[in-house]
Amino acid sequence: MTKGYIHSLESFGSVDGPGVRYLIFLTGCTMRCQFCHNPDTWNMHSGTPYTADELITKALRYRSYWKSEGGITVSGGEPLLQIDFLLELFKKAKEKGIHTTLDTSGNPFTKEEPFFDKFQELMKYTDLILLDIKHIDDEQHKILTGQTNANILELARYLNEIQKPVWIRHVLVPERSDKDEYLEKLHEFISTLDNVEKVEVLPYHTLGVYKWKELGMEYPLEGIEPPTKERVGNAKRILER
Amino acid sequence: MAHFEQWAGFTGRNWKESVDVRDFIQCNYTPYEGDESFLEGPTEATSKLWGKLQELQKEERAKGGVLDMETEVVSGLTAYGPGYIDEDMKDLEKVVGLQTDKPLKRAFMPYGGITMAEKACTTYGYQPSEKLHEIFTKYHKTHNQGVFDIYTPEMKKARHNKIITGLPDTYGRGRIVGDYRRVALYGIDFLIEKKHYDFDRYARHGMKGTDFRLREEVADQIRALEQMKEMAAVYGYDISQPAKDAKEAAQWLYFGYLAAIKTQNGAAMSVGRVSTFLDVYIERDLKNGTITESEAQELIDHMVMKFRMVKFARIPSYNELFSGDPVWATLEVAGLGMDGRSMVTKNDYRFLHTLENMGPSPEPNLTVLYSPKLPANFKKYASFISVTTSSIQYENDDVMRPVWGDDYSICCCVSATETGKEIQFFGARANLAKCLLYAINGGVDEKTKQQVSPAYKPITSEYLDYDEVMERYDAMMDWLSKLYVDTLNMIHYMHDKYNYEAAEMALIDTNVRRTFATGIAGFSHVVDSLSAIKYAKVKVIRDENGLAVDFETEGEFPRYGNDDDRADDIAIKLLKTFMHKLRKCHTYRNSEPTTSILTITSNVVYGKATGSLPDGRKAGEPLSPGANPSYGAEKNGLLASLNSVAKLPYELALDGISNTQTISPGALGHSDEERVDNLVNVMDGYFAQGAHHLNVNVFGTEKLIDAMEHPEKPEYANFTIRVSGYAVKFIDLTREQQLDVIARTCHAEM
Repeated sequence: MTKGYIHSLESFGSVDGPGVRYLIFLTGCTMRCQFCHNPDTWNMHSGTPYTADELITKALRYRSYWKSEGGITVSGGEPLLQIDFLLELFKKAKEKGIHTTLDTSGNPFTKEEPFFDKFQELMKYTDLILLDIKHIDDEQHKILTGQTNANILELARYLNEIQKPVWIRHVLVPERSDKDEYLEKLHEFISTLDNVEKVEVLPYHTLGVYKWKELGMEYPLEGIEPPTKERVGNAKRILER
Repeated sequence: MAHFEQWAGFTGRNWKESVDVRDFIQCNYTPYEGDESFLEGPTEATSKLWGKLQELQKEERAKGGVLDMETEVVSGLTAYGPGYIDEDMKDLEKVVGLQTDKPLKRAFMPYGGITMAEKACTTYGYQPSEKLHEIFTKYHKTHNQGVFDIYTPEMKKARHNKIITGLPDTYGRGRIVGDYRRVALYGIDFLIEKKHYDFDRYARHGMKGTDFRLREEVADQIRALEQMKEMAAVYGYDISQPAKDAKEAAQWLYFGYLAAIKTQNGAAMSVGRVSTFLDVYIERDLKNGTITESEAQELIDHMVMKFRMVKFARIPSYNELFSGDPVWATLEVAGLGMDGRSMVTKNDYRFLHTLENMGPSPEPNLTVLYSPKLPANFKKYASFISVTTSSIQYENDDVMRPVWGDDYSICCCVSATETGKEIQFFGARANLAKCLLYAINGGVDEKTKQQVSPAYKPITSEYLDYDEVMERYDAMMDWLSKLYVDTLNMIHYMHDKYNYEAAEMALIDTNVRRTFATGIAGFSHVVDSLSAIKYAKVKVIRDENGLAVDFETEGEFPRYGNDDDRADDIAIKLLKTFMHKLRKCHTYRNSEPTTSILTITSNVVYGKATGSLPDGRKAGEPLSPGANPSYGAEKNGLLASLNSVAKLPYELALDGISNTQTISPGALGHSDEERVDNLVNVMDGYFAQGAHHLNVNVFGTEKLIDAMEHPEKPEYANFTIRVSGYAVKFIDLTREQQLDVIARTCHAEM
């Protein structure tokens, strides 16, 4: 049985997918987002190993809170880095009739094998994807995350192709992504997709800064304040229209 | 069968033959499944009166917490002429009646204890009357003196060392809810007639002391009923007959309650389950076209305004226990009937709506009797009110209804009693955390170094052994439970004798059932400490006399609050053990022993008197309130914490299991709509598991800190938060308590 490396578990998630959700944060991420509020999840082997069954048992303790909407959300870190485990977890969850949501940056996505085959299989057991598009401009994306966005956009288009429900999430970072030009471009891209049920603007916050310091790392966005209410409203107007 | 023209349009039989308000409600109420769109805003009169009252409240705060105080007149049903919020606006008041002659003026109530009554005066700069001092020291004994006359030295010592704590021997026991609805439905004369009938019925040959006592009590009740009529007459009302419409029903009912708060300053003076009852009258008037929705709302608003004005003269040590001037004017809405019908009426919406019309407020202590089966619209509206005001609490009707029926009232913060049929002897708390330390130290108090219990053998090993600790703890709980119940028996005997609640008891069946409500403090700390001893290594740090004063715990151990059975099973076992011990004791007037896990704000004071514990809590730090998990123990989020608390069986703690949770708005949802839906999901899930109670706060820590630093900001004047079992204006808490509230887990999500 494959074990998953888990950063933490949260019994009450209500902003990561529909309804009340049990959140499973996996460790491991290859992106290096400057605004990351969970840098302590980057290293996969810092996590605690759990089997899928163990997690399902834990999650089911909260079924009475879920009603028809809620379920589990797997986030991270980047959960797709542990796709074998994820597949097993979601397969078992669906056997129990649990609503499954995957919160991903899309970074590990590729149409190459063996990944793509597994991903297609995973989609059979995934009800909803929260896809974070960190930046629409590839150059800026590289600055912000250290990685290209080409395969992320490819994933978005693929999910559209198979008509998998998606919520697009976009972290609004002043001086990085919070420019009307980029927001318009992102909106244009999202408009080409017809599987997007919701677009969520997540205002950049500094609650995770202490973790960088604890890990002995310099915080790349030092001095950048969270966006103003006006700017958040502006982004919402552009993206959520 | 009685007939009154005021009952025209009401159906049913039983309630006409004997006093049976429950039957009246069941026969006549109209369930409401719609939404809140019918509600009306405040009328001009409401805004004017509430504006005036807010001015008075501001003045009261500026004067250090007391606006005015009586020193010359002993409070009673007929002690005063009429009083109004504002003499010039008295015609605007749809519900009238004050405790004294002036708004927010505190009455002088010496029967509980003359020393306390006087101390309450001098604390706020008032000079008590010499004449009254002479009367209540020379000629008339008080409850407090009675108790201290008969306490044993061991009781005094246990009390002084605060292993038994918060006892109602220096303040009124409260927690008796008269069935104030009876005044409206039957009128006083009918009630007097019934009490006379009882008086005759209970006469028998060969009567003995307990019979004499009952006869004397009924005689006192009849006298109180007569005086209630006089009290109402002062305001121009004749309450001898039943109320003829909604306005009179609200007024008559309030007069019943006013009689209680004029004669008793109990720790909790609850209003009870009045909402559905009053709705019957309002519905009849709406149907007859004699009242509009706006007038109906105005009536409820004005009644609630009165409940917001209830005041008692308290002493500083009382305020330390129960901070923020609470009176627990607890008032219930919702619930289901035994027949499965929802008891939600339009009036339940109106009562919650007062928090919108007049802003958030700690009183009355609005309580939603919750069931996942309540109408979806109502659940959403209640959740919305929680999200926007943090002023209401929830109790699980599905666990209480099988025990107390469908006409129970909450008589304090969270404890249920069947309305008009039952009363409760309130018994404060035994500090089980301290008891654990006594088990380790052989009954020597860790703070005062006094030998409090009989000298049991202390534990002398360097590391604590679970089995040995459990054995000693069991023996110590044995001693404590007996002493605790014996102490309470004395208190209630003397309270009955010197401070009998004749006005409240007059509105309760003569053949009343009684529960004996004990309580537990320090619950989560005992659980975690025992878990530490069982699953980790606990080293004892002893002082020069060999007394355990601190602990070093090595290794991980499961904590209560994470839905981990290893810890939660210890919690259940602890509760069961203590409850079983209480059941072995003789309780006063054949009352049925119950227990609670609730502490109000007293967790701070109790904590001060309690030494370091094996769970890592240091000496003097606040205990965690009620049945809440300890600070910092919850590692898996809100629902894991709720699941742990939900495991505690209600039948083992029928007096209540209080749980207070604060959720930051951001963690509850992105929009108000999401927050409302998610909160409903949380409560449905929690209560479906058989949990008893939940206080819900929705705000972030930042807001609390800002309110603590800037109490003068107008937006904080009425900023209300829920703490263990009641609500309080945050700025009325001491700084220590504010810090304690801030330190508690605020469920946020990164």
